[in-house]
Amino acid sequence: MDGDGGGAGIGARVLRKEDARHLAGRGQFTADLRFPGMQDVAFLRSPVAHARVGARRASGDVLFLDDLTGVADIVTRSSIPGYKLAPWPVMARDRVRYVGEIVAMAVAANRAAAEDLAEQAEVEFEPLPPVASCDAGRAEGAALLHPEWGDNLFLHSRFDSGIEAVAASAPVKVELDITCARQVMHPMEGKGVVAYWDHRAGMLVVHTSTQVPHLIRSGLAEVLGIPQAQVRVAAPDVGGGFGYKCLLQPEEILVSWLALTRKAAFRWIEDRREHLVAGANARQHHYTLTAYANEQGRLLGLDAQIEVDTGAYSVWPFTAVLEAAQAGGNLPGPYDFRAYRAEVFSVATNKPPFAPYRGVARPGVCFAIELTIDAIAKAVGREACDVRAENLVPGSAMPYVNVTNKHYDSGDYPASLATVREQIGLDAFRAGPARDEKGRYLGIGFATYTEQSAHNTKVFAAWGLPLVPGYDQAHVKLTPDGALEIRAGIHTIGQGLETTLAQIGHSMTGVPFENIRVTLGDTATTPYSTGAYASRGIVMSGGAVSRAGEVLAGRIKAIAAHLLQTEPDAIEFREGRIHAGNASLDYADVGRAWYLRPEQLPEQVNTAGLEVTEGYKPATDNGVFSYASHAAKIAVDPETGIVEILDYVIAEDCGRMVNPMIVEGQTYGGAAQGVGTALFEESPYDDQGQPLASTLIDYILPGPTEIPAFRISHTETLSPHTAHGIKGVGEGGAIAPPAVIVNAINDALATLGARITQIPATPERILAAIAEAQA
Amino acid sequence: MKPAAFDYARAATIPEAVAAMRDGARPLAGGQSLGPMLNLRLARPGKLVDIKRAEGMRGVALSASTARLGAALTHAEIEDRRVEDVTRGLLPHVARGIAYRAVRNRGTLGGSLCHADPAADWVTTMTGLGATMIAQGPAGERAIAAENFMLGAFTNALAEDEMLAAVEIPRLSPAARWGYAKINRKTGEFAMAIGLVILDGPWARVVAGAVEAPPALLPRAAAALLAGETSDLDAELAERLPHLSPADRKLRAVSLRRAIAMLSEAR
Ligand SMILES: Cc1cc2nc3c(=O)[nH]c(=O)nc-3n(C[C@H](O)[C@H](O)[C@H](O)COP(=O)(O)OP(=O)(O)OC[C@H]3O[C@@H](n4cnc5c(N)ncnc54)[C@H](O)[C@@H]3O)c2cc1C
Repeated sequence: MDGDGGGAGIGARVLRKEDARHLAGRGQFTADLRFPGMQDVAFLRSPVAHARVGARRASGDVLFLDDLTGVADIVTRSSIPGYKLAPWPVMARDRVRYVGEIVAMAVAANRAAAEDLAEQAEVEFEPLPPVASCDAGRAEGAALLHPEWGDNLFLHSRFDSGIEAVAASAPVKVELDITCARQVMHPMEGKGVVAYWDHRAGMLVVHTSTQVPHLIRSGLAEVLGIPQAQVRVAAPDVGGGFGYKCLLQPEEILVSWLALTRKAAFRWIEDRREHLVAGANARQHHYTLTAYANEQGRLLGLDAQIEVDTGAYSVWPFTAVLEAAQAGGNLPGPYDFRAYRAEVFSVATNKPPFAPYRGVARPGVCFAIELTIDAIAKAVGREACDVRAENLVPGSAMPYVNVTNKHYDSGDYPASLATVREQIGLDAFRAGPARDEKGRYLGIGFATYTEQSAHNTKVFAAWGLPLVPGYDQAHVKLTPDGALEIRAGIHTIGQGLETTLAQIGHSMTGVPFENIRVTLGDTATTPYSTGAYASRGIVMSGGAVSRAGEVLAGRIKAIAAHLLQTEPDAIEFREGRIHAGNASLDYADVGRAWYLRPEQLPEQVNTAGLEVTEGYKPATDNGVFSYASHAAKIAVDPETGIVEILDYVIAEDCGRMVNPMIVEGQTYGGAAQGVGTALFEESPYDDQGQPLASTLIDYILPGPTEIPAFRISHTETLSPHTAHGIKGVGEGGAIAPPAVIVNAINDALATLGARITQIPATPERILAAIAEAQA
Repeated sequence: MKPAAFDYARAATIPEAVAAMRDGARPLAGGQSLGPMLNLRLARPGKLVDIKRAEGMRGVALSASTARLGAALTHAEIEDRRVEDVTRGLLPHVARGIAYRAVRNRGTLGGSLCHADPAADWVTTMTGLGATMIAQGPAGERAIAAENFMLGAFTNALAEDEMLAAVEIPRLSPAARWGYAKINRKTGEFAMAIGLVILDGPWARVVAGAVEAPPALLPRAAAALLAGETSDLDAELAERLPHLSPADRKLRAVSLRRAIAMLSEAR
């Protein structure tokens, strides 16, 4: 790692390579692509939550399921015992199961004309009783979404380490009922797909806004019944994914089917209304918790019932029950206790199929456990921050295996909490006034969490997924003119991998950063990766680039040593050149020798040349755990219920930072989404299963004025298990804000006796809590 | 979310626009409310007549007692004081709190008033100022008092073939004071409650806005303000806003108390 720590290598704050095109408005997203003769697709979507679908009539180029040939349902298997299959037809067969489910596909010269056709289609819906909540789904005699199941449970899972002894003897018992709203993920760029038939290659080409191009290739080939060799999936620029774009979507299949069967170009670009209605698929949990503690507030045991409002079908490949597995498995969080029982119900409801959103279940579980810690502190009459610190896994216990068998590899959780305690000024705050000059109540809240990142084969296999990640691949190549090409099958969806992978390539080979080009996300030009999800990219693809780069560096050294008439060990990469003592070479000299002047090569030269493909996975499949503590100071207006975030501090540790600016960007973005979860975002449904937030007037996103200026500090505890000690950081920012902000609200409202246990903490909910406390 | 097909014409004059409306065309101003309705296909006009550049729609005429503002002036022009302010800063203050700058660059005074969203800012402001709406139809101009212009949520007093040409705003005196308290969850969102109070010599007005209906004038509160007394705001709101829940009425009372408190702030 001769270039390490240098100007642009691992650890450097370099500007992002991708920014030049994005800042100039020259990014190329799916909707920017044009192909000759391309037609637009619009979908007719179900207006009702649950119905039998009767007669269908349409004129013009409108297709129903029966009009498709050779398309299979999306069937997402899981090896988890008790999991029930819910085949998902790409358009309605005999039933619709949520508002927004696709019923018909209209094709026309442009989107407006396609929408005209779609709205003229006539479909008979014979209403069935809707299941609009977990309660409704679990009720005696509930209508069944999938009658063959006999109930509405995708899965009923249990974990029990033994809770009875603690329950019988603990002096302090705290009960909480906690609710998280349903959300949409709302990437800035919606979903979109353009597909055409490449006559020369004899191939279906699919440009789709996805995080997981190689997975989509496998999925499309399977559902369309064609060989994978006949499918190329190439993701263009992607404007955020957050999990929404790591799924095989019916729209992707349908547009691809059109291109495959008609041998022409078709596209569908999701609009906001489609996203808000058919994409309301995340975050909705309900927790019934009983926590046991001693008189000092030491958490002894936790008994949890968790319901996940799972929607109608099982998404491919992550299944309907990944959320449940993560919720039950991650609820204990960063805390040190050994008695834990959890029962998780994955309830099928007449809503869009649940998908893993940035952080997966962890914003919910962090909210639940952190409110529990504060409630325990309150019950024992102590400062919540102190009680939290005493319950965290101490740094001296690392590595630590927790009650649900999470292997916390490294770090000092209490130290990060102490940092934010200091930065937010807790002690001075406690000594100061409880209200500000406007009469608003002030409060401070805390949360600490772990972010499992880059967990791999065994963990995903245990979650029962049909596709399990293994070795991620990267390809590196020195070009004849001495530049470095890096290719990886992962995709960059805003997280800056074109930059960070180049930094790793630079550290490993010494090739100047500006001469490194990164190509991602195209199954025709990149080696295999399962893609960008689960905070894995920089560990997995970064690790693969590191290994491939290391091998390539050895080959460069061998040729350079021959050219400089020295030994490979004497070669050093520095300042963009190749040195041996006082002599030096340009990378182009080595490239030229291999490709164009082979007479200059050593006799025993490695015939694999200056191209290397390597695979990588960390030494453990258990994942490596980044962590952070967040703290916020807020003001609650008791007359309007409006919350202002006055200060927000974050102390995070994601191991070795490849580029601290990108870590900060990821953290800002995640935390901004977390503010949305905490205070604004909600997709409510009425009891008929009708979504009540179908435009951005009703689905409120935080804007720049609602997002505080997050103050971030870093520590770098290297992971013992990964290349360079790197851990993932893509999800973490989104995990803590709901817990932090609501703990702060409850701190502020404590003197009024009011408490919030539901997110988002809207003005209405805060006013209702105050009114209830005063009644 | 693409509109159903429609024809589009741009009117050069107000009579031309009125003629087009008689033929069934719907007026298009900034498109900031109509655009979304078209996209959602909630509005499906066969024809739009663009009135923004019709002669006189963007004019400002000042007299000793009023300013007459063309209905197609934008929120941003008022915010930036490119339109002379006769309200001691009230109009620019209100304009600055409407939506986001991109919306304010296009959205118009007249479009907002005609759209008659109960939570919109101009509807309450013009009622408070006692402004006069100048409508123009085939038979010429007609004046409508602001408090009679909005008939209900999303309904105005214009006839099918009438358009709003201008708004006549009474000048406030140099001694006038006002308070405008808009309560909303997020910068740029429509109001959850608006309280507006204007005190100008012997004249006072108190208005509760964003009440899911036309703004409510509160004469007892205004009289009390003039007399330097306190009134039973909650009782008057209960009388005037029986359709709101107690919690919703309370929020309007909060906005009014905050508006009253603003009267004493220096400006
Ligand atoms: C994101 C967003 C946030 C917003 N927030 C706020 C807010 O906080 N406060 C607020 O007050 N408003 C808000 N608005 C609405 C905004 O102020 C609009 O500009 C306004 O409602 C409509 O004005 P317009 O000129 O765009 O009218 P258009 O959209 O063009 O027209 C609106 C309606 O009025 C009719 N019309 C327009 N002009 C005339 C005329 N001269 N005579 C007769 N009929 C006419 C049209 O036919 C149409 O029915 C917001 C809008 C958006 C998109």
